[in-house]
Parts: sequence; C-alpha cells; structure tokens
Amino acid sequence: MKLTGAQIIIECLLEQGVDTVFGYPGGAVLNIYDALYEYSNKVTHVLTAHEQGAAHAADGYARTSGKTGVVIATSGPGATNLVTGIATAYMDSVPMVAITGNVALSLLGLDSFQEVDITGITMPVTKHNFIIKDIKDLATTIREAFHLANSGRKGPVLIDIPKDITAQINEYEKREPLPIEVVCKMTDEDLEKAVEMINNSQKPFIYTGGGAIHSNAKDQVFQFASLCDAPVSSSLMGQGGYDNTDKRYIGMLGMHGTKTSSLAVSECDLFIGIGTRFSDRVTGEIKSFVPNAKILQIDIDPAEINKNVRVDHQLIGDIKCVLTKLNDKVKKKNNSEWMDKIYTYKEQYPLIQVGPKEDILTPQYVLETLNELTNGEAIITTEVGQHQMWTAQFYNFKEPRQFASSGGLGTMGYGLGASIGAQVANPDKKVVNIAGDGSFHMNCNELVTASKFNIPIIELLFNNNVLGMVRQWQRLFYDKRFSQTTLDRPTDYIKLAEAFGIKGYTITEKSEVRDVLQKALSADRPILINCVIDKDINVLPMVPAGTSIHQPILEIEINDE
Amino acid sequence: MEKHVLSVLAVNNSGVIGRVAGLFSRRGYSIQSISAAQTENPDISRMTIVVEGNEDTLEQIDKQLSKLVDVREVILLSENNSVRREHVLVKAGNGEETRNGLIEVANLFKAKVVDVGMDNLMLELTGEPRTISAFIRLIEPYGIKNLVRTGISALERG
Ligand SMILES: Cc1ncc(C[n+]2csc(CCOP(=O)(O)OP(=O)(O)O)c2C)c(N)n1
Ligand SMILES: [Mg+2]
Repeated sequence: MKLTGAQIIIECLLEQGVDTVFGYPGGAVLNIYDALYEYSNKVTHVLTAHEQGAAHAADGYARTSGKTGVVIATSGPGATNLVTGIATAYMDSVPMVAITGNVALSLLGLDSFQEVDITGITMPVTKHNFIIKDIKDLATTIREAFHLANSGRKGPVLIDIPKDITAQINEYEKREPLPIEVVCKMTDEDLEKAVEMINNSQKPFIYTGGGAIHSNAKDQVFQFASLCDAPVSSSLMGQGGYDNTDKRYIGMLGMHGTKTSSLAVSECDLFIGIGTRFSDRVTGEIKSFVPNAKILQIDIDPAEINKNVRVDHQLIGDIKCVLTKLNDKVKKKNNSEWMDKIYTYKEQYPLIQVGPKEDILTPQYVLETLNELTNGEAIITTEVGQHQMWTAQFYNFKEPRQFASSGGLGTMGYGLGASIGAQVANPDKKVVNIAGDGSFHMNCNELVTASKFNIPIIELLFNNNVLGMVRQWQRLFYDKRFSQTTLDRPTDYIKLAEAFGIKGYTITEKSEVRDVLQKALSADRPILINCVIDKDINVLPMVPAGTSIHQPILEIEINDE
Repeated sequence: MEKHVLSVLAVNNSGVIGRVAGLFSRRGYSIQSISAAQTENPDISRMTIVVEGNEDTLEQIDKQLSKLVDVREVILLSENNSVRREHVLVKAGNGEETRNGLIEVANLFKAKVVDVGMDNLMLELTGEPRTISAFIRLIEPYGIKNLVRTGISALERG
C-alpha cells in the first residue's frame, strides 16, 4: 500500500510491537505527529516536559521491561536535548531507538533554521546512527535500527529523518521483525577449559553485572552459583540479577562495595565475571584488584575482554546461553569451608549506617522500611549521588529489571524520567524514584508529566541540603572546603509538588516514616516525599578512586566546627 | 612504540571515515596514516590504517573497529605477509645548480620527473615506505618546497 513517510514510520514501529513512545513535537516532526494523531488508538504517546525526560523515560521503559524504548524529538534543540539521555543508555547498554526530525533534504548543510548534525553529535554515544536520504530506505532502516539496538550488546540507535521524507509517498509492505541471533560462539575447548578452572577452584567468587540482566539469565546465574558453591556479588548495574536476599549474596564490590566482597575477592582463587565490564568504579587500582586468583570472564562483547583487566580465560556470548551450556558441564561442588568463611564475614561486617548524631533519621531506615512495605518488589529508579548508592545498599532487589539507575554515565536527572517510563511499562507495579535534592532540581519538571497522565510514581527525595556525594569527596580529599556543594535553596518541595498537581509529604523523624510511606504506597496517584536528612551521612565503605579496593575507608569522623 | 598496519574493509556509507577516525580519537589511539578508497565493489571501501601501540592497544583497536556496524573485516597485516606501498610527490630544488643533483637522486631511486618549474622539479616515486623515507632524506639537501605522501596502502600476499 502507498503511505506517507510518517505513516511508514509508525507502521514500522507497530511491526516491532511498539505501543508506547515518549517524545516532544516540533516543526521537523509535524508530519510524524500528524501520523501519531491518526494512529493514536494503536500507539500511546507520552508527552514529557523536556526531551531529556522523554529519553530517560524511554530508557526506564526499556530497562524495566526488556523491550526497546522509543523516543521522538524534533530537529535542532529537540535533538540535542536527547543527547544526555542517549549517552546514558549507551553507557549502560540499554536498547533504545531515537527518532529525530531534521530540516528538508534541500536545506541540509546550510545552517538552516533548527538544523543540527545530530548523527555527527551522537556518533560516539550510539551503537550506530542513520540519516535517511531516500524514502526507499526508510522502512529497512527502521527495521535495522531495532535489530541493531537489540543484537549482541544492546544499545541506542538514532535515526535522523529529514522533514520532506516524512511527507513523501512510498510503497509499504508489512514485515516480520528481523530475528535476533543469540551470540554463543565459544568452542568446546573454550567450555572445557572454563569447566576445568571451576573444578580446580576451591574458593570461587562470582560477580554479576548488567549483562546478566540484559540476557534474562537470572535462573542460570542462580543455578551456576549453587553448582560452583560460590558467593555472589553484583555491580550497581547488576542489582536484581541475583536475589539480594539469598544467602550467597554478599553485596556490591568496588568503590562502595561491602567489606565482605572485598575480602572475598582478595581471598578467592577464581574470579568469575558474568556480564560485567570491569569499570574503574569497581576495580579501583587494577594491579591490586584480584590479587590471588585466576579470572574467567563471560561476556557478549569481545571488546570487553582484556580491556580494563587482563583475564585468564573468556567465554564470549549471551550470558543465558553460555551459562546454560556451562551448567550442563559443571559438577556440583562443595566448598563449605570457603562458604563458611564468607558467611562469617557477612555476619561480622553488616552494612550499618551511622549519622553524625545518635538516633537520627537515616536513609538506611527509610529504605529498609520501604523494602519491607513493598516486600522488596517495587521497581526502583534513582538519580545520582549518595542516595543512589544507599538504594543499592539497602533495598533488597530480588528480580532483574527491578532497578534502573544511571551507572556508566552517572546522570543526575535520570531517575524521574526513568520512573515515568518504568511505570508506563509496568502499570501493575509500584514504582519509586529515589532522588537527591541536587538531582531533583535538574529535571523536576517531569513531575508535571506524572501528574498530567496520572502516572502514580513515588518521588522519594533524600533532602540533605547538599550535593552530598561531592561534599563527601570534598570532606575526604579537599580538606572540607565545601565549594559550591551547600545548596541552601529556598525551594518549598511540598508547594512545588502541589503546583504541579502532586500531593507531598515531609518526613523529618523516624516515627513518621512508616505512616507516610504507607500512605504514599496506597495512593493511586503520584506522590512526593520530602525526606529531610542530615547533610553528613556518608556512603560507606568507600574506596577512593584509583586505590586498592582492599583498603576501603570504613568510617569518616565528622567533627566540623 | 610499535607500528602496525591494519587493512579495514567497510561499507561505503557516508560518514564511515568519520566513524573510524572518531573511534581512534575518542579512544586515544594514534593513527600514523590512513588511506582509503573504494574497492572493485563500489559499495565497499578499503582503508589501510597505520597505528602505533603495544599489543594490548592493538587488540582493542581490532575489537573496537570490528564493533562498528559499517566495518566488515579487520585484517592485521604483518611485514612478511603483505605488500606495502606508498606514493610521494615532492617539489624540490633551488635554481639550476641543484637540478643535476636532483636528477641523479631520482635516477638512483627510479623516481620520475613529473613537472619542471623555473628553478625546481617535481618528482614522483612509489615504493616501500622505507624507500620513500630514504628518498626524501636524500632530496632534503636540495631544498624541499612541498611534499605529499599518501600514507601506506597494503594488501595481504598470496
Ligand atoms: C548531570 C550531572 N552533573 C554533575 C554530576 C556530578 N555529581 C555527582 S553526584 C553529585 C551530587 C548529587 O547531589 P544530590 O542529587 O543532592 O544527591 P546526594 O549525593 O546529596 O544524595 C554531583 C553534583 C553528575 N553526576 N551529573
Ligand atoms: Mg543532596
């Protein structure tokens, strides 16, 4: 059938099973929005307050559903506003397709009104990008974009479409989505060698990252851990890939990892990294990272092998596929001596948060109460800062896709948009965005999106009045010179929320926590909770950047005048 | 630092050179030379890229290049298994008295005189990169006005 370019775009989205897009209209995408109007019974469009919010929403949608997030923006400023959101998705390997309009073909390259070279700008932060110069390529390119976003290591793909192409008419024929090939290309020898390493190990240690979640390998990881009889640690991106409440789970590793994890790494004889890229935030000083063990890495991206850390052996492929094969071959081990030691450490070094004063309201208390009231089953998104680390430390993630946080890019302003996307993707789950007051001010405009569409997220704000994470570094490494990190802003959070049509609560005492959380959780509309905490509650343990993860700071004394 | 020669086959999409060059600059790999043109198949380009770096860097360059969607094949060409050539055009000379000397050097290298100016000559030579460098060294005393090297292009033997 003959369709306009804009109609072809929507038809291609439907081919891929897309029923929700996030975006913002403008001149260059007028035709696309006109088609959205026509297809409004098939595709829901969520209008955000800002394109960045739309990109984060598409990202949160993707992370919490496993589907591809789709975001649409106009040319020029619309497109540039997506960049942070695309880069955030890229760093954390999130499947996303971004569609931008551009000026008409004849106006390209002439500094035309709202023209920007968005393929040039996003080249380093996309898996790939396209600019369509001929309507004949439109449908195939969109199909390829979805295919690319989801094959191998996932990631964002951008398609830039000049306005006249969206108006031109072309023949369209519906197609099935291109099949996604499961990468699993190790040889039998590769597999045998890995099995031998595991068999020879008496003290194995398993470390899971975001890859385990992207590949939906929860059951395989669980089975693998019990076959190996090993403790399990997860990265920030890996939260939920392994049940945090399981006895084998010993907390994060690296900059804000647990003492148990760092002891386990220093004592293990085999380090098995699963879907993790050995970020500098995890390894600390490379040469002391894994002092006494061989390293086995399992990852889908060959470029992640030997990039940051030299490994002894690797299995390249989709985690689920690799582990399924491995689990068939690994014989059940019994490392009870090693595991007993781990359990002793775990008991000896629990995470306990202390503030500068006795018996104050701590994030640990709030998060543990939230965990209890939601039975550890809420979807949690975060902004970036101390509150983000506390969330990973004190909420017990049990399932993959329960946690969405900007790990690789560390994007303040990510969480609120992401929570909106997560809630849209999971209407039956409770979604809570854990925010800091600094991050809140970056993209709080998206409260209006939650309010307008009655997307019933909870914005749980840890209001410490400071850019806490930066302040923590200034305290430790800059002689307490708190340059530009004390906010002291006059914002009235409750009034602000109300102005957007959202009910707000303030918590200042422990005694109020449970009641307010219960109220918020039972409301079927968005709620803001302004949780006022001390400005000097630090994230501990902490490994200063570039130093050995085996010498974490365990305590920070606060004795300011 | 060691030099390595890579032969990269890529789909001839617009911007493919930009993607490759961008990858090198953002990951801090140093390119010594890059020469690129379409192959017998107009949809495919071949780039010969000379890079500097140790084995670890080379491994990363290979893998990162292979991740680019437009890149179809990355081949590492060793000195022994490849033919490497470079082309140079050089304008040199300083008046009539240098002319004979220049022609002598040109003859020695079997370089061609491709243009004769009032007081300079333009010479052309294709050869092993090493030969090109030796040739330039011998021309230098006669005063080099302008010079252009293409960078290495190379193909696997056999
Ligand atoms: C967009 C952006 N700008 C700056 C930073 C650097 N940064 C990291 S954490 C942080 C402080 C965050 O403050 P807040 O949101 O209040 O969280 P807190 O640490 O106080 O919990 C800053 C400024 C960042 N990560 N992202
Ligand atoms: Mg703060």
